[in-house]
Order: sequence, then structure tokens, then C-alpha cells
Amino acid sequence: MIRLSGIERVFHVGEEEVHALRGVNLEIERGEYLSLMGPSGSGKSTLLNVVGLLDRPSAGHYALDGRDVTGLDDDALSRVRREKIGFVFQFFHLVARLTAEQNIELPMVLAGVDPAERRTRLARLLAEYGLEARARHRPDQLSGGQCQRVAIARAMSMGPTVILADEPTGNLDRHTGQEVLALLERVHHEGGTVVVVTHDLEIGVRAHRRLRMVDGAIVSDERS
Amino acid sequence: MRPADTLAFAWQVVRGYRARTLLILLAMGIGVAAVVAVSSIGEGARLYVMNQFGSLGTHLVIVLPGRSETAGSMPGVLIGKTPRDLTLEDALALKRSPAVRRLAPLIVGAGDVSVGARNRETPVLGSTAELMDIRHMEMAQGQFLPPGDPRHSLPVCVVGAKVAAELFGTRRALGEWLRIGDRRFRVVGVLASQGESLGFNTDEIVIVPLAAAQALFNTEALFRVLVEAKSREQIAYAQSDIEEILRERHDGKREVTVITQDAVLATFDRILRALTLAVGGLAAISLAVAGILIMNVMLISVTQRRHEIGLLKALGATGRNIRLMFFAEAVLLALGGAALGLAVGKLGQLVIGQLFPSIPFTAPWWAVIAAPLTAIGTAVLFSVAPARRAARLDPVRALSKR
Ligand SMILES: Nc1ncnc2c1ncn2[C@@H]1O[C@H](COP(=O)(O)OP(=O)(O)OP(=O)(O)O)[C@@H](O)[C@H]1O
Ligand SMILES: [Mg+2]
Repeated sequence: MIRLSGIERVFHVGEEEVHALRGVNLEIERGEYLSLMGPSGSGKSTLLNVVGLLDRPSAGHYALDGRDVTGLDDDALSRVRREKIGFVFQFFHLVARLTAEQNIELPMVLAGVDPAERRTRLARLLAEYGLEARARHRPDQLSGGQCQRVAIARAMSMGPTVILADEPTGNLDRHTGQEVLALLERVHHEGGTVVVVTHDLEIGVRAHRRLRMVDGAIVSDERS
Repeated sequence: MRPADTLAFAWQVVRGYRARTLLILLAMGIGVAAVVAVSSIGEGARLYVMNQFGSLGTHLVIVLPGRSETAGSMPGVLIGKTPRDLTLEDALALKRSPAVRRLAPLIVGAGDVSVGARNRETPVLGSTAELMDIRHMEMAQGQFLPPGDPRHSLPVCVVGAKVAAELFGTRRALGEWLRIGDRRFRVVGVLASQGESLGFNTDEIVIVPLAAAQALFNTEALFRVLVEAKSREQIAYAQSDIEEILRERHDGKREVTVITQDAVLATFDRILRALTLAVGGLAAISLAVAGILIMNVMLISVTQRRHEIGLLKALGATGRNIRLMFFAEAVLLALGGAALGLAVGKLGQLVIGQLFPSIPFTAPWWAVIAAPLTAIGTAVLFSVAPARRAARLDPVRALSKR
């Protein structure tokens, strides 16, 4: 479903070249649950951004659902992204002036989904993520755990092919982190594909497939 | 993204950043209000002048002695020959023209008017019965000058309302005698209060028969002849007939100036319209300033909201989506500002209307349409740069900085 081959990502910082990704080959099948670990600066976020079509590789090829997406322009990438990719961020990234339900609805609004259809999906998502009582609250009236639940519901609203979570528990206490992780695992149990970047070994080992990156390259790929 | 959703999103932003929204509304509002108010003052002035001329009477042709324009030639006085006076016989001869309905010769002077011990100096007009209809005068009491041969006169007069009040106090003026210089006149009518009408305040004059004025001021020379043409179309014929008849009577010399009301009106109309346009245009500059303000505020907003914009892109917004959001925001702000400005402008117009009730202040239609359109135009124009900058933001970098 996701097939990366020979991916390079080079940043130019002044005169210097920073190789954030070096020759990354990776295949992810539908329904997999992956964790991505490695030291800080090893290229985890960069890889996630490439997979999520937010960033373009400097070299290499990327096929998503059998389609080569390497050469697409920005607008085409945006359209693929909103259909197939769901992001969950460490800092939630909710729009502060919008309510929880408006935040969840945002990807559907951007994709031009019919309002009636939006309402149906919204009601289902609010129920699934236990947010009915908080639907009309703004992010500053929600706890960190609730914010991340809103963010996951938002990521799921378009029924994406893959959920990409960059340190989703990094900004939460242990207990809330476990809750949020449980939600991501539920997505996996329902057949979704989930990639989680984490520094927390305890979280990392729960995934069925564990990737380890060092210095821009994948150095180990374990399955259990 | 659906247009309705784009608008709704922009509306959320406009509501979300209150201070910013107020600032822009204010700037836009002031611009639009300035255009509306200023142009309505100009238009008011134009209508005021038009009304003043209009009250002169319809289809009016004015004959004055002496040539006024004469390209290059010296005025008669300087080269030693005074032009011949315009006389009553000249005026009566104008009745030969089939285009002339009626006419009123006019002599003007200042007279010492007294009743008993009360005395005041007022303008004294010598004319004929026709003056009333030509100038659309109305009587408060009694009659105007009696019709008849203008070469002979009865010792009667018509007085303005204010003159009557000053000379007779609360006493009834009608039928009383007053004295102008060493002559006595009986008051046969009091004019209704009409106010100013191009130079003469009819409240403050005394009108006597022409022959009486000739004797009073010891002159045969007419000050003006007011001629009314039979219709609007006849004005031009009346004018050329008058010039022809008078040239004949003055040995082939052109010694009068003939003014038609239309020509004067048209000139004033042009001047005042141009003036209104010019000041309206000046006021529109404030709209451009408001546009630049919008641009700056939007650019700041792009920087402040880079997080949000990055997020929207991560969630699948295309560059076009983002640009349209910014345009919608600018248009909403401009619409609000324009509405506010129109309201304030109308209000200002009402207020000055109260202060100067005689001037008909109305915003010309072009200002009411052009001001808001310019506001929206500038808003959209000046939001192009911010919108493009927002659309080009790199989502990874926008999101990475906290
Ligand atoms: N926009 C950029 N410009 C220059 N260098 C960059 C940029 N983004 C990332 N890098 C560099 O690329 C390398 C990989 O960065 P990346 O953010 O992917 O690491 P990471 O594994 O996610 O680290 P962390 O665990 O700290 O989040 C780092 O050396 C980083 O400095
Ligand atoms: Mg990272």
C-alpha cells in the first residue's frame, strides 16, 4: 500500500547539507501497526512527513495505493492527503477559535463533503471518541487528553488509508497517554493502518512492527 | 471546499479577531463615509445653485445693457464712446418677436423709504405688472402693480414682507401711504415671503411702477429687461430675435448682452459636477489607504496564523482553498466597512442637512455605488499578496515551530 524506494531527503542549511533521510526503503501493508523509534534528529519526523505527503523527497520514489505520487504538484498532493492521510501531532494542533466539533469537521469541510453527510459522520465520531459532552467546547476548555481525542477523531473523519502519529503521547501524562494509545490501537483493530513515532520504549514495543532509525536510515525492522 | 463553507470559515476568523476586525471596519467605514458625505455636500451645493437659478423663472432671457464679452475689443468707456442706454422703448419693441411671451423692464435704485418718523433705505425696483408672473412672485395681501401703459404711472407700490413690518409695525400696511424721496405712494400689495432669489431678497424691496422709478431716479436707462420665452424650445429664437431687434434700433451696433438662463445653468452645473467628482475622488484616496491597511493587517495575520494555515494544508487544504479563504475574509471586512460607511455617511448627511436646511444634501447615485465597490475592490486587490503568501506556506515548517 505504501512503498518507498531509495528515499533521500537533504536539507540545505547555509553551505551545509543535512541528510535527514538516506536511502530509505520501506513497504507498509494495509492494517499494519508500526512504531518508529530512534534518537532525536534521526529523521523520524522527516520520514513521517514524506509518507504523509507534507514533504517531498529529494530523491527516490513513493507509491501510495499503487499510484506514483512522487511528481505531483502541491494541489494534487493536498487532494491525495485529505483523502488518504490522517495526522496526529504531539501538540494537537487544534484551531483555537473553533469548537471541538468544528475542528473534527474541518477535513470534511476542506474536502467539500456534503453538510448532511458531515453531520452524520460527526455524530458518529463524537460518540466513538466520547466527546459528545464536549462538542461545543473550545480547545482551551479541554484537557490535553480530550484535545488529542479531538485530533484523532479529526484524523479519522475522512476515513484515511493511514494514520500518522508523531509522538502523540509526548505532551501527555502517562495515564492519558495510555488512553490515547488505546484509541489508536482501536483504529488498528478496526482494520486501519497506524504509524506511531515515539521515544517511549514501552509504547514502541506494543506495535506489531517496530522500526528503528539512526542517522536518517532504517537500521532495524522487527515484527512480532 | 464549498463556497458557503469558505464564507463561514472567513466569518469565524472575522469574529475571532475582534480588535483587528474593528480596526479595518473603522478604516473602511471612514473612507466610504468620507466619499458619501463629501460628494453629498458637493451635490447639495449644486442643487442649491440650480434651485436658486430655477427660482428666477422659467424660460427666462435676461437683457443687460453693454457688451460683456467682446474678444479683444476695448470697452466703450475707454475708447470714449459710451454705449447707448437700454430704454423702455427698446424693451417694448421686443414684443415684436413671436418667441416672446411677456417681458418686464427693470430699473433698480436705492431709496429712502419713510412712513411718518420711521425711515429706512431699501432697494427700489421699478417695473411693470408682468414682473410678478415672470419672477413667480406671490402676494401675501392685496394686488401687484396694476397693468397698463408703462409710460404712465399711478402712485402705488408693492412692498416686501420685512419692509412692511419695519415701516408699519403691527399696523396693516395695505392702503397706507409711504414716502420714497419726495414722492408719495399708496401700498396696494404686500409680497409673500420668498427669501433670497439671486441677489434680491424680495422681503426687503419696494416695487413701484416703471415710470415712477424713472422719475424717482431721474434716468431713462434700464438696468435689465427680463424676457420670458413662450417655451423652452423658443428660448434660442427669442435670444436671436432680441439681438436682431436691438441691433436695428441701435444703428446696427451690438450694445446689449443677452443671457439665457439655460446657458448660465449649464455652466454652473458643469463646474459643480466637476467639483463634486474631484472632492469625491480625493475622499476615495482614503479608501486606498484603508486598502493598504487591510494588506498590512492581513500580512500580519498570515504570520500570526501560520500555524493554522500549516495545519489546514496538512488536513488537505489546497493553495486555492487558502487563497479563497483570505479573499472571503477581505470581502467580508470590506462589505462590513462599506455598510458602516454608508450608514455613517447618510447620518452625517442628515446632520448637516439639519444644520443647513436650505441646502438639499443628497449623495449622488454614483458615489453611493462607487464608494462600496471601490472599498471591496481595494480590499480584494490588497489581499492578493497576503493570500498568496499564505497559500505558499510550507506546512512542515509552519507546523514545526511552536
Ligand atoms: N527544515 C529543516 N531544515 C534543516 N534541517 C532540518 C529541517 N528539518 C529537519 N532537519 C534536520 O533533519 C534531521 C532529522 O530531523 P527530524 O525532525 O526528522 O528528526 P526526529 O527524528 O524527528 O527528531 P526528534 O525525535 O527530535 O523529533 C535533523 O538533523 C534536523 O536538524
Ligand atoms: Mg520529530
